Amino acid sequence: MVPARKRRIRLVVALSAAVLLAVALVYTSVNSSSKAVSPSQLVTAQVGQSYQLTGKVLDGSVQTTPDGVDFRVRDRDGSTSVPVSYTGVVSDAFREDREVIVNVRKEGSGFVGEHDSLITKCPSKFTEDATKSQKS
Amino acid sequence: MATVGRALLIIALCVALYGVVASIYGARLGRPAWVASGRRAVYVVAALCTGAFAILELAFLRSDFSFATVASHSSTTTPTFYKAAAAWSSQEGSLMLWVWLLSMWSSLVLFLTRRRLRRVAPYATAVLLGFAAFFAALLVFLETPFGVLAAVPAEGNGLNPLLRHPSMMIHPPMLYSGYTLFAIPFAFAVGALITRQVGAADWIRSTRRFALGAWFFLGIGILLGARWSYAELGWGGYWAWDPVENASLLPWLTGTAFLHSIMIQEKRGMLKIWNVSLVLATGILSILGTFLVRSGILDSIHAFGASTLGVPFVILITIMIAGSIGLVVWRREALRSEHRLDSLLSREAIFLANNLVLVAMAFVVFWGTFWPLIAEALTGDRRALGPPWFDRYTVPLALVLVLLSGVGPVIAWRRATASNARRNFVVPLVATLGMGVLLAALGVAQRPLAFGMFLCGTFVLASVGQEFWRGVGVRRAMTGERPPAALFSLVTRNRRRYGGYLVHVGMAVLFVGVAASTAFNNARDVRLDVGQRVAVGNDVFTYVKPTSRISTTSDGRLEKISLGSVVTVSRDGRTLSTLRPERSYFPSRDATLGPLGRFFEGEATSEIGLKAGLRGDIWAAMTPDKQALRPQIEEGDRVFAAASGKLPDAVEARLLGQALRGIADRYVADPPPATFRLITSPLVTWIWLGAIIVFLGGLIAIWPGGRDAQRRTARARHAARVAKELGTPARGPQTVSATGSAPGADLG
Repeated sequence: MVPARKRRIRLVVALSAAVLLAVALVYTSVNSSSKAVSPSQLVTAQVGQSYQLTGKVLDGSVQTTPDGVDFRVRDRDGSTSVPVSYTGVVSDAFREDREVIVNVRKEGSGFVGEHDSLITKCPSKFTEDATKSQKS
Repeated sequence: MATVGRALLIIALCVALYGVVASIYGARLGRPAWVASGRRAVYVVAALCTGAFAILELAFLRSDFSFATVASHSSTTTPTFYKAAAAWSSQEGSLMLWVWLLSMWSSLVLFLTRRRLRRVAPYATAVLLGFAAFFAALLVFLETPFGVLAAVPAEGNGLNPLLRHPSMMIHPPMLYSGYTLFAIPFAFAVGALITRQVGAADWIRSTRRFALGAWFFLGIGILLGARWSYAELGWGGYWAWDPVENASLLPWLTGTAFLHSIMIQEKRGMLKIWNVSLVLATGILSILGTFLVRSGILDSIHAFGASTLGVPFVILITIMIAGSIGLVVWRREALRSEHRLDSLLSREAIFLANNLVLVAMAFVVFWGTFWPLIAEALTGDRRALGPPWFDRYTVPLALVLVLLSGVGPVIAWRRATASNARRNFVVPLVATLGMGVLLAALGVAQRPLAFGMFLCGTFVLASVGQEFWRGVGVRRAMTGERPPAALFSLVTRNRRRYGGYLVHVGMAVLFVGVAASTAFNNARDVRLDVGQRVAVGNDVFTYVKPTSRISTTSDGRLEKISLGSVVTVSRDGRTLSTLRPERSYFPSRDATLGPLGRFFEGEATSEIGLKAGLRGDIWAAMTPDKQALRPQIEEGDRVFAAASGKLPDAVEARLLGQALRGIADRYVADPPPATFRLITSPLVTWIWLGAIIVFLGGLIAIWPGGRDAQRRTARARHAARVAKELGTPARGPQTVSATGSAPGADLG
């Protein structure tokens, strides 16, 4: 085969593979991703429906239960909160006022956390310095 | 001292800006004195940053709470080692560490290249000083580590207890060393493009060791983070596809691709556009990694606007991307390959395939990390992708990658022949086939992806082992050395090559560990009373008894209360191990929680129970039920509230200690049920073992050769040049003709 033609074929194959990968990534990310919602967006949640809830653990809301932990998640910049009942072991980083992500399903008036889905964001990252306001 | 520190940073910013101007002015007008002045500016910036960083460290070590960052991130009760490391646990401290490391590495590379790369170095100096000026400006104007408090508190907040782990303290300097070292090949690539000095001899050879160093340090940082997650976070995993993890993985993947593809440019003068693109992308991804973690953009695309660092980073990254694309397009003619790919069955083609797989992995990780932001920008809805999505793409790509790392070292340059294939592939293939039969008989084939990884790993070990075996045989035939001496001299005389081989072995071992521990682990979350037992896989865990412990600091103050357990693990009636997982509670500074209550409502950390072994790990974490202690804690708080102000401080402290001891003893005497996470996982130790082999190989490849090695390398390069001019493949002194392999299956 002519070298130039060979190179062209290789280029077409490589580009086709790249396009295929890109299409697969877009397609699967649209289909596999779950909608992330804040507590205030869950006011109209449907019973039995699953959501990925993001927000902060409300101060004073954490109650240890025999199987896990009950707590409320509030909006990052607001006061609306929803109750979550989570079964399982929580990471050491989990505590009040920490940013969390948890997959929940509406059951009755509250939400039930999916086992092993609770992620607490690393406290050493993304945090505003609490003492900044005191700086001279 | 804070004023001095701030002044040093301001002077460093001014000197860096001067250095940028001096270097470019000197290079454009051919004024060596200005170029030299620009280089000296780097040394001065390094000295100033060292001074500023030393002041910050001293403030932490002396618990000088007039520094706002010290008050926020340290305390008098923080152990001295962690006080020193607490400096980089804050936003401003980590940026300070970034610019200090950058200035030190920049000084080192410019000192080493002071008599070489005379045309490229001034522009590289300007780029490096540009980075230094950017980060110094952030520290001067936006995130100063030298902010002071109007009212100095008697005690600081303390370092987050979760970060009080040796690996977590070394992890940031390693990551930042990786990021800042990748700035060096980036800067020299920019200089090479501007001056059209794009040959391998011009900039790649001078900065290759720094690129390898960046890869080495970044890799250590990533692994230390994984180890911390496994040992400290109480969930039993080591990788979660968290955006912060992904941010560090991205430049490591493209950097790995670069370290392989530059060998093709060195040997054959090919892939020049690809190489500069890779190194420029790696430099950009290193800055992007810092940006992702520090800007808040990962929380939400809207949070980015509220962050003080978001806009400056976006401007810097935009300039880097636009400049990089512009330079590559501008110099595309000079970047044309000197040779074409002769065959798809050649080492060049395998390296290229390896590059494509690594870049595809980087793209997958990039897409998955940024998808929430992309979705939010396009639809207004924030969407997220979980670990299964990442695994769907990265696992098959990792399989191909490991397989290629076994093929690369044994296939010939230019074009593999049938005799080459027979000579180099028969043994690895037979070994792989044998392992396949054995594993299939053991039922491992039921997990096809893990089975595939075990086979690929076997192939790598066999092919690299064969190379070592043949190399030692040749040395013995030539010198009559004993096998260990022959192996030692073989490796020391060909450090890049055999260091690279060891890296391949380590990666194979690491991936086998990942595959086994992912596919065959057993995990259970259970609530147990004392005496109860539960089966996890083939093992039986028994909650034998509770424990409690009160730890104090060297000056007698209470540091933490630990409530734990003794758990025995048995198999077929035989005790395998006794684990002692516990959960430690650090006191909160919130006085409203009560004198006793605040000791149970602060940060909590898991001290896991771990029995690690080559065959598998037995892992346990426990969470005690604090609610059962609530009545005693509340009663104690009421008593102390009533006595408040009536007792001398020393007496109150003593009584408080006794009360806490009483509560801890009560927990042991009448233990409530505790929640356990229990895991048995095979071959986890192989991950850490593989990592050690990888970094040992990296260290061998980085280690500077002696004069003999330098002379051999110089002769090999001369032979390669002559061969290239004659249009024949190079056969320098490194050619191990007796092994039948072509030279230079090396790294770095």
